[in-house]
Amino acid sequence: MQDLEQIDTSFFSAEREAELDVVGTTVPRVDARAHVTGKTQFYEDVSFPGMLHLKMARSTRHHALLKKVDTSAAAKVPGFVRALTHKDVPNNWYTILRLIGVEPNDEPVLPEDRVLFAGEQIVAILAETAEAAGEAAAKVKIDYKDLPAVFDVEEALKPGTPAIKPHGKNHFVYEGHHCRRIRFGDVDKAFAQADHVIEHRYQSAPIEHAPTETTGCIVKPEGDGRFTIHSNTQACYFTLDNAALIVGLPFNKLRVKGGTVGGGFGGKVDVIVEPIAILAAMLTQRPVKYAYSREEEMQVSSPRAAERIYIKDGIMKDGRIIARKVTLYVDAGAYSRHSPYGTTKAAAHMPGPYSIPNVWVDAHCVYTNRTPSSAMRGFGVTIGDFALESQMDRIARLLKMDPIELRMLNAYRDGDMKAHRKKAEGCALVEVMQKAAEMTGRNLPERFRKMSSLNKEGV
Amino acid sequence: MAKLKGHGIAAVNYPTGMNLGGDPSQALIHATTTGSFVITLSSVDLGQGLKTVMAQIGAETLGVPVGTVWVDTADTDTGPHCMGTFASRGTHRIGNAIIMAAKEARSVMLDVAAEELEVDPADLLTDGKGNVHVKGSPEKSVAVINVALAAHFKYGKTISGRGIFMKPKSDVVPETGEMNPDSAQAHACTVAEVEVDDETGEVAVLKLTNAYEIGRAMNPAMAHQQIVGGAWMGMSHALYETTEPYYPDRAHGPLDFSEYLMPGPGDIAVMESAIIERPAANGPYGAKGIGEMTANSPIAAIANAIFDACGVRVDSMPITPEKVLRGLDALKNAAE
Repeated sequence: MQDLEQIDTSFFSAEREAELDVVGTTVPRVDARAHVTGKTQFYEDVSFPGMLHLKMARSTRHHALLKKVDTSAAAKVPGFVRALTHKDVPNNWYTILRLIGVEPNDEPVLPEDRVLFAGEQIVAILAETAEAAGEAAAKVKIDYKDLPAVFDVEEALKPGTPAIKPHGKNHFVYEGHHCRRIRFGDVDKAFAQADHVIEHRYQSAPIEHAPTETTGCIVKPEGDGRFTIHSNTQACYFTLDNAALIVGLPFNKLRVKGGTVGGGFGGKVDVIVEPIAILAAMLTQRPVKYAYSREEEMQVSSPRAAERIYIKDGIMKDGRIIARKVTLYVDAGAYSRHSPYGTTKAAAHMPGPYSIPNVWVDAHCVYTNRTPSSAMRGFGVTIGDFALESQMDRIARLLKMDPIELRMLNAYRDGDMKAHRKKAEGCALVEVMQKAAEMTGRNLPERFRKMSSLNKEGV
Repeated sequence: MAKLKGHGIAAVNYPTGMNLGGDPSQALIHATTTGSFVITLSSVDLGQGLKTVMAQIGAETLGVPVGTVWVDTADTDTGPHCMGTFASRGTHRIGNAIIMAAKEARSVMLDVAAEELEVDPADLLTDGKGNVHVKGSPEKSVAVINVALAAHFKYGKTISGRGIFMKPKSDVVPETGEMNPDSAQAHACTVAEVEVDDETGEVAVLKLTNAYEIGRAMNPAMAHQQIVGGAWMGMSHALYETTEPYYPDRAHGPLDFSEYLMPGPGDIAVMESAIIERPAANGPYGAKGIGEMTANSPIAAIANAIFDACGVRVDSMPITPEKVLRGLDALKNAAE
């Protein structure tokens, strides 16, 4: 355990409080023994007599009109109980972030006349067993009329590309703007003064959260008219509030019981399984379970968004970066979910942990005909860091500078104004590089060893 | 036919919390008559150890042993509101709420202890071992369990406290992007050492050296576990993972873990990690969030190490053997 407790207190020693009693010590994880002996209770460990299983008939098309939905063959499967369509959902349109004022409601719980991505849920099937529900869902017959699909973020924004969303645009609208903007200084003027100007394009593909435990819930109607939702949500009240609004019940008719989650990573903050399972329990007055299969978790639940990022930098021979222009596209897929917020977070993160006097950012939240993306660990930042830090390596090589020294020269320090006009405090970028250099046996020149996030010495 | 070694570095910052809509969490604490305290929340433990860290913060403020503090959480009927476990907010938001609640409960506990010991409450200390005693006179003490029993059966008082932490809503100025979205910034630097097989295009990550600054590590071993787990995720993101291997084409999406590739036990890099501490003025005992950031610096560090090893700059994730080989071919063709 020695390596697991390595804290180097030689940095910022003047700012550290006296030793505390239990905070800052390695207390064994309270639930570790239960986890490794199989005693921890997860949501799926509860089960109730008469519990129904919910499986979805899903779109096989990327973008299509729903001409006819026929559940007659599904209804003949032994164990079939009932089907639910959009007509059964009291308030079908929502967007998860409406709880913090984000508009418009852009996602139907169950689609009405069209589907926007392959895998979109269309008809919910309730049956006595999971197998029967799966078999019946496969027998739901859906007639489609295919529509042109858009898969590329830049193509989606081109004039003339058909709008796939009801608000008539293939992007989220930020207070009248087509993207989230950062405007700080004058990048064009700085590019004209720079010794070098370089621009590169970075791209990622969607990534799965890959939790051990797939997303799911069990909803139980209680004797007093309330519903208990056993869920692995990462946010009990986000789930409760959104679900109540969708099913049209007062908030206090719902009770969410969460617990230990078998891996979240941001994949369990969307509110997808609970509302329809609550509705199914309301309509049947029986407990209902809706759990994603591994295939659904991988292809239907929201992944980390693919991002495309263009970074253009104006650089001086001495290593100072004097301008950074970032054009960023978040592939939100078919629906907003948490992406409008993640895109703002991506914009706020630019230009990375560096003090650059001229910064221009256009961060677009773009809709395409793919599985909606949403939150994932490092939301809005992880892919940006790949782009930023690849770009920093390129600059170091262009100038034939050491990559640590280049970063230290440009690192933000206490009191610097960041591009989103928040004054930096508590900075420590210089120090983590000094520590990493020390750990890898790299002897920094004295000028860089003496640098500090507290002041501009050596810059 | 060679294995080419290279080094790469990346340095990052990461925000604690993201509060554009306003970001509150509450905590309640009460003493039981069994000598324990219960912290009641509706926050979710994702396996990162939230329950353990919250018990530590509660115990620190109350001045009682951590083994006598229980965390009862994730039930919306019994626990007060929490926005949820995301945005690296849990330790910071909920920890601050617990400190506020624990201060109130501690104050009542000391008032009752003062009555029992017939002294002024300002003269009392907790020993962190389950006793309250007079400053400078450890022998003049009363056990916490006896304080709790006296409060309930003798004085008719509840030893309890209410806490909330809220970062107010921050609207964004649409023209400039001016905003105040986070509460602190944590920092990390990773140095990656890789080996590229120029025949197969495969990349082996030999070592990841990580230095973190996270305000104050509430539980050093658990903070290191976040670093190790996140570095593995970073390796996996850098080299293996995607649900759409031919993005933006949607074909050939993996459906299970035999198709969705991730590093196995034989692929894991040697890791050495250290933490430095610059306490955040607004953090509970100085803590910043470490939950999300740990996958970030390894990705670019690996990408930069690949370039250092073989001269191939791959600008798209994941950096598959195919992309490396195509890059090597392009270098060869350019040289010819």
